[in-house]
Amino acid sequence: MMQQKLRVTLLTGRTIEQGVSKERGKSSHDYFEACSMVYMDADDMKKLGIKNGTNVLVTTPNGSVVLKAVKYPRGPTPSLIYIPYGPWANAICSDATSSIGMPSFKGTPAEVEPAPDKPVLSMEELLKSEFGR
Amino acid sequence: MPVINSVTCPICGCLCDDIEVTVENNEVVKIKNGCSICEAKFIGYKGEHRIHTPLMRKDGKLVPVSMEEAIHKSAEILANANYPILYGWSSTSCEAQRVGVELAEEIGGVLDNTSVVCHGPSVLAVQEVGLPTCTLGQIRHRADLIIYWGCDPWSAHPRHLERYTSFTDGRFENSEWKSYINKVKASAGKKKLLSAQRIETPKKPVTMAESLPMNKPPETLHKEGRKLIVIDVRKSMSAEMADYFIQVEPNKDYELIQALRALVRDQELDVDKVAGVPVEYLQEVADALVNAEFGVIFFGMGLTQTAGKFRNIEVAISLVRDLNFRTKFAIMPMRGHFNVTGANVVSAWQSGYPFGVDFSLGYPRYNPGETTCMDVLLRGENDASLVIAADPGANFPKRAVENMVKKPLIVIDPHMNATAMLGDIVFPSAFVGIEVEGTAYRMDHVPLPLKKVVEPPEGVLPDEEILKRILEEVRVIKSQKMEQKVEAA
Repeated sequence: MMQQKLRVTLLTGRTIEQGVSKERGKSSHDYFEACSMVYMDADDMKKLGIKNGTNVLVTTPNGSVVLKAVKYPRGPTPSLIYIPYGPWANAICSDATSSIGMPSFKGTPAEVEPAPDKPVLSMEELLKSEFGR
Repeated sequence: MPVINSVTCPICGCLCDDIEVTVENNEVVKIKNGCSICEAKFIGYKGEHRIHTPLMRKDGKLVPVSMEEAIHKSAEILANANYPILYGWSSTSCEAQRVGVELAEEIGGVLDNTSVVCHGPSVLAVQEVGLPTCTLGQIRHRADLIIYWGCDPWSAHPRHLERYTSFTDGRFENSEWKSYINKVKASAGKKKLLSAQRIETPKKPVTMAESLPMNKPPETLHKEGRKLIVIDVRKSMSAEMADYFIQVEPNKDYELIQALRALVRDQELDVDKVAGVPVEYLQEVADALVNAEFGVIFFGMGLTQTAGKFRNIEVAISLVRDLNFRTKFAIMPMRGHFNVTGANVVSAWQSGYPFGVDFSLGYPRYNPGETTCMDVLLRGENDASLVIAADPGANFPKRAVENMVKKPLIVIDPHMNATAMLGDIVFPSAFVGIEVEGTAYRMDHVPLPLKKVVEPPEGVLPDEEILKRILEEVRVIKSQKMEQKVEAA
């Protein structure tokens, strides 16, 4: 049965594409492609009725962001989503530092819903919408 | 064309120092030995995203200004600020970091480096329980059991496996590259055979519990020679290369480490599974740990950024301590930026503390959670920021960046990154390790020299020079203020 929303655990982290494109330049198209996406489990994508490349809205108590859903190629990761480090991931990740200065970049709850009609914002648009600059 | 040998790569904590750079007309044209990230940096450093002149925000837009104007305005902001933040430091040289500490002391600011969002928790754990560690050279020559916990070297430190661990030929241990290639070939052959026989592949697991590693530890875990274990919440590229991959449930690393500690100490566990991993499999892993001649645990953000944070590292180090009663073991954090270790070292030998140092009272204070820049930003206490060689605009949570841009923001960076886009004053700087020489600390605390292979663009200064000029100007402004006060009195 198709679901409207899926409860998942959010991880943010490094991917090789993010690493290479950040060195090419953060305003490059490569960086946008590498960071404005979310790796999802194939079965979770089926549950939401979305295909590889469909836009999704990821929401946490800290905010929400539209990203491109990509099927995780190396095995199942049920109820786990993975967003590469970057301004898109940081638009929603938890800022709880547990009083040691470290925000909770990994392992916080999130919700995913299909958003095929909503566009993924470019870095300039995202920064403008978040910080007005 | 001149070829420069033994260049140190200024990207990640591996600091590979065997890069061959070919230079033509003051431009890097070819890279040998480097990984894909190395090539992207050395070839792409001069791209369109490079900043060539100082910029200042006027009427909401960044416009070019003279270096003198940018230096004076920055010095004015910093000299007049009560509680400024000086953040970054991890992608620059120790020489620049040293000037940074001096500047922080002069203006009474909070000096923090990027380890606050990467291995800050590891530093806290080391302060609690110490660090049984060694150099990467020791590991290359002697380690026969390598564990990557919560890290994916293939993505973040692409040459780590090839230079220091499983896929390198050391004096006493050989590379496992050939056996890995054979494994890949065998697995591809098996798939072909299955599809030829039209045997259906087993049904995919549906829940997390079902998907977790029901595979028994393989025989190879007890073989002679190097063994590789990867422990992560998802099957990463590095996990595919491993002899054994343990898929731990998210936020359960602490439990898994404590269970291993108990097993290593020959205690019995009353449960069937810990963090989704059957105890009988864990027992085999514990046996492999104890039977290793020399084992090493590398750990990354999978431990420092998940639930437990520094407590995860504390127990991981304690596990290594326990193992050292039975065999020889070491542990090492996988440091990200090429000189984040240097940022900790320089900060520690100058102020006594490795990160999150508060100079606002005139002497260095360190209280993580209070004096760490992330907490200062989240509380909105900062009244100015200087960001150098880092990109918090892209890598800090939204609320922290919101508070950062509310107050004047000075950015020193070679590239137009997210922080530079949000900045009020932006200085272009020369690339350390490409256009400027310097010193950087590898992840095992070995200092290495960085080479200069090309000249920086005209008018673009090194980080150290920009900081020195700001510091000089700050001192002039402060002494003028002092004179005015004396006159008024």
